[in-house]
Amino acid sequence: MAATIPHAGRPVDRRGILIELGGTALVVFALTVSLVGFHIKDISGGIALDLRFVDVASAVAIAIVVRGWLILMRHGHHRVVAASAAAVAAVLVVSLLFGGAGVQPWLPFKAQLLQWLLAVLSAGFAIGSAVRMARERRPVLSGAGAAQDGAQDGAAPDEQAALMDRVSAQVQRNALWIGAVLFLAAAAFPFMPGVNLQYLDIAVLVLTYIMLGWGLNIVVGLAGLLDLGYVAFYAVGAYSFALFASPDSPLLQDLGWTEGVSFWLCLPFAGLMAALAGVALGFPVLRLRGDYLAIVTLGFGEMIRVTLLNFYSLTKGPDGISNIPPPSLLGYSTQSKMDEETLENTTEFHTAMGWEFDQADTTILLYFVILAMALATNFFTVRVRKLPVGRAWEALREDEIACRSLGINPTNTKLTAFGFGAMFGGFAGSFFATRQTFVSPESFTFIESAVILAIVVLGGFGSQIGVVVAAFLLIGLPEIFRELQEYRMLFFGGSMVLIMLWRPAGLLAHREPTIRMHGRRARASTGSGG
Amino acid sequence: MYHVAYFLDQLINGVTLGAIYGLVAIGYTMVYGIIGMINFAHGEIFMIGSFVSLIVFLLLGLAGGVWLPLAILLVLLAAMMFTAVYGWTLERVAYRRLRASPRLAALITAIGMSIFLQNYVQLLQGARNKPLPPQITGGVEVVNTTNQAGQAYAVSLSYLQMLIIVLTIVLMVVFTVLITRTALGRAQRACEQDRGMAALLGINVDRTIALTFVIGASLAAVAGLIFMLRYGATDFFVGFLTGLKAFTAAVLGGIGSLPGAMLGGLLIGMIEVFFAGYFNLEYKDVATFTVLVLVLIFRPTGLLGKPDIEKV
Amino acid sequence: MTAPERMELPGDTAVNGSTGNGNAGGAPLLTVEHLTMRFGGLVAIDDVSFRAEDRKITAIIGPNGAGKTTVFNCLTGFYKPTVGRLTLQREGRAPAYLERMEGFRIAGEARVARTFQNIRLFPKMTLLENLVVAQHNKLMRASGYTVRGLFGFGYGREEQKAVEQARYWLEQIGLVDRADDDADSLPYGDQRRLEIARAMCTEPVLLCLDEPAAGLNPRESADLNALLTFIRNEHRIGILLIEHDMSVVMQISDHIVVLDYGRKISDGDPEFVRQDPAVIRAYLGEEEEEDLPDIVRQDLSADDAGGAGAPS
Repeated sequence: MAATIPHAGRPVDRRGILIELGGTALVVFALTVSLVGFHIKDISGGIALDLRFVDVASAVAIAIVVRGWLILMRHGHHRVVAASAAAVAAVLVVSLLFGGAGVQPWLPFKAQLLQWLLAVLSAGFAIGSAVRMARERRPVLSGAGAAQDGAQDGAAPDEQAALMDRVSAQVQRNALWIGAVLFLAAAAFPFMPGVNLQYLDIAVLVLTYIMLGWGLNIVVGLAGLLDLGYVAFYAVGAYSFALFASPDSPLLQDLGWTEGVSFWLCLPFAGLMAALAGVALGFPVLRLRGDYLAIVTLGFGEMIRVTLLNFYSLTKGPDGISNIPPPSLLGYSTQSKMDEETLENTTEFHTAMGWEFDQADTTILLYFVILAMALATNFFTVRVRKLPVGRAWEALREDEIACRSLGINPTNTKLTAFGFGAMFGGFAGSFFATRQTFVSPESFTFIESAVILAIVVLGGFGSQIGVVVAAFLLIGLPEIFRELQEYRMLFFGGSMVLIMLWRPAGLLAHREPTIRMHGRRARASTGSGG
Repeated sequence: MYHVAYFLDQLINGVTLGAIYGLVAIGYTMVYGIIGMINFAHGEIFMIGSFVSLIVFLLLGLAGGVWLPLAILLVLLAAMMFTAVYGWTLERVAYRRLRASPRLAALITAIGMSIFLQNYVQLLQGARNKPLPPQITGGVEVVNTTNQAGQAYAVSLSYLQMLIIVLTIVLMVVFTVLITRTALGRAQRACEQDRGMAALLGINVDRTIALTFVIGASLAAVAGLIFMLRYGATDFFVGFLTGLKAFTAAVLGGIGSLPGAMLGGLLIGMIEVFFAGYFNLEYKDVATFTVLVLVLIFRPTGLLGKPDIEKV
Repeated sequence: MTAPERMELPGDTAVNGSTGNGNAGGAPLLTVEHLTMRFGGLVAIDDVSFRAEDRKITAIIGPNGAGKTTVFNCLTGFYKPTVGRLTLQREGRAPAYLERMEGFRIAGEARVARTFQNIRLFPKMTLLENLVVAQHNKLMRASGYTVRGLFGFGYGREEQKAVEQARYWLEQIGLVDRADDDADSLPYGDQRRLEIARAMCTEPVLLCLDEPAAGLNPRESADLNALLTFIRNEHRIGILLIEHDMSVVMQISDHIVVLDYGRKISDGDPEFVRQDPAVIRAYLGEEEEEDLPDIVRQDLSADDAGGAGAPS
């Protein structure tokens, strides 16, 4: 209705603003005064307190400034915010880049990372308010624009959400092309110039998580079963593999075998064991409602870990099983470190080929093995979505009661999802074992399940490419910026929260139909958005 | 006689552990009751409670020679207050916007918050275990006997354990009164039934839910204090398992039911202690989770929960 | 098809005796005998017996809370009846006793399909997918229980048939153009009809509709009548219908069963039920009884004894 700038001229409620700022300051003070303000220091023979009130003061000051900017933006004073935020960002960046040690005491907090974060935050405010300023100057173009101005703060997020929806839909629709490009890039990656062993290792790690994400996506994304104990199947796979592949395994020693079984035999076995574990664990609990199921699966994950830790005669408990060989190739071993005796009895692949041994070659082999395994998982998921069982999974996720009324057996259908998901987890576990050459219960904590689940959820439920994107963001980036290791999990948890708040359905959440009656073009012509 | 004494010893230990689980479980059960989500980060609130207690203890130690009961009271109040702010902020920042979103989104956010808070405390306070010397010593000897090997075996009820039991009972009574007899409690129950309707009738739903988190967090802080006193140490990771078991307790008692949470807490504490005492220490957690699975399979509504008829 | 002699209902003599034509024609498809459902102390259905016939539309009506949906839930396996026998006659096969079967088997093997009072489509799946999922069991066999389908042998043709079946039903409800849109993008009335189409895709012998006309405008209501009549006439199956909308009930039903407080109070053709004083009393209230002529009142008490059965 009002065609003028919507927020100008509104009476300013000074008292309300003061209360808002004061409240923010008070809450931040109360939050930080205890845990930030006092540091419990370890000293010989006990503990003592260190004071860090400067940090508390900084935190309160920052909170007041940020809240102040928000209030100003709400009242339409975008110019003030843009100018001041840009100034703050500039000062921070300049002093961080060129200030050296001299300015450090004048900046809030000791950690450079946090200081950079503040710079980014201010820059974000500057850009955000500048964008709004520009938008308000322009005359209101359409009905949609007017509606946006009417809503105070809701407008921009809605627009963003719509944009992300479009992006997700485009990505999903062109999944075939994007997938092909990604595949070619992945296949060429080890041979690209500048790719060293470190990058290759990171790539192997990322691919492992992509595979795990795709496996869990079957359970969570398609069937809608919230599994917080996926790591259990990863562990079952890894241990099933290790118990047969490693010559050091207690099981082989009991059996009197001196040599480990080949990777290519152990792999399907491990997958099978994991699938069986999935079915066995799933059977009693799959009737449970969503979040109960989540907690029970979490409990299962912990139970398996505790068992691995304490069943010493089979698993060697915390010592773990070591000496797991890498995959053999065409019947030849690819192992680098072997004792003399074994060396005499085996022919190594590089000897057979007449190559020099190179550690990178083993890593390249591992890279292609995990790439193939991940692609197999992806192929399965893409294919199974178009089969009745896949559609039944999705239908179960949508409405279990309706499924029952259509003659779909909910228990069996869920069990297959759980079993397949577990199987791929088991495959990934085998790979983990062969890559690390060592397994111990430490690698299978709850946090691992949470990481895998986060990859699935942040990527967008059921989105295969979303999993790839999320795995890069959550696994790849922190690995590349190793200096931030200390903060890795903090940002991990924080970004889980932020992404969920921003896009509760995940980054690339968009569902493409599994079957069409009219083809895609017809959809575009009818113009009905999904 | 020895067997009775041993049993009694386990019983006392089980009750104290159960008190901790019960107090944390109340937070889970209230939040689940009112907004239907598992506040996965509640275990971390408990952990923060234990840290705040420790810090205040150390501060009082620096101040020197405060009369012990007063010191305990001060620590209790400070821990409840500062931890409650965390509970409030958690709801305000992470959960409020997701109330209308799918449950999964809220649960993931809660897990994210849990990871965040764990690492926040680890970064600020370090990863190492923080010990606190025993503050309350002494007790009353209940039984004195000899064990199989002929050594003396005394079972005593320490003053600390008495304090824990009394404190828990007092808090239970206070909060039961709060929920059943006050306007806040009525508002809370109304929101549990139907949030939309409650809002139409003039109940401030946001404030009621925020208060639920505040109450839950203060009880978790008490549990954190008890934990600190009883086990003499804390670290950034204690919230995870305790939270998980407390949630188990809430489910066992019947989620949404306050007496159920306390009963569930007691039972889980007992099961854990007795399993460790009579069977196998290493597998005590497995025993607890087995109980959880069995309860969920055979009595999904828990011991004191209302049966929930599937509406079609 | 053999209809066993013993299937004589307690209410039959009283009710049919007075109507004469209620159950004429059509073979009994579903026989409900002494159906009773208790939830704790609450008796939701009390000894209800009736029949639904092949190629007929049988309506169950009654005031709110009369137990209509509970009857449906017992029939379709969502509740296990406390007492009672639910027999479904099947061509060339032994009759199915629904009270012994699990819900998904009732739908899959006994071929009883249903819709829900609150529409239960798969909201984020397309119309076509909704209808293809309904043919799950058939397609599951065709895909060799996924093993064969994974590699794509011989499954395509079956899927094509399923799509053709879906297209047929989309044509009947006039939504072919929207086949590739999400189900939740449809207006309410279309969602209702899509749910019926989805139920028909399971190729049922008995279709149970729970308030299909609820919330429809008169136009949509008329479309619905046409669709139901079409299904009965062309697909030759039995339809069981819960409905409040009397225009629907009176126009298309062949046979009406009236429930009140969990008991059957009347049973017959629309004309009979419309004039049945017991029905009038149930809908308009007790005080009407004063004004009823004596002869009707006697009839009523006979009805009560007959319809509800002697207390056992």
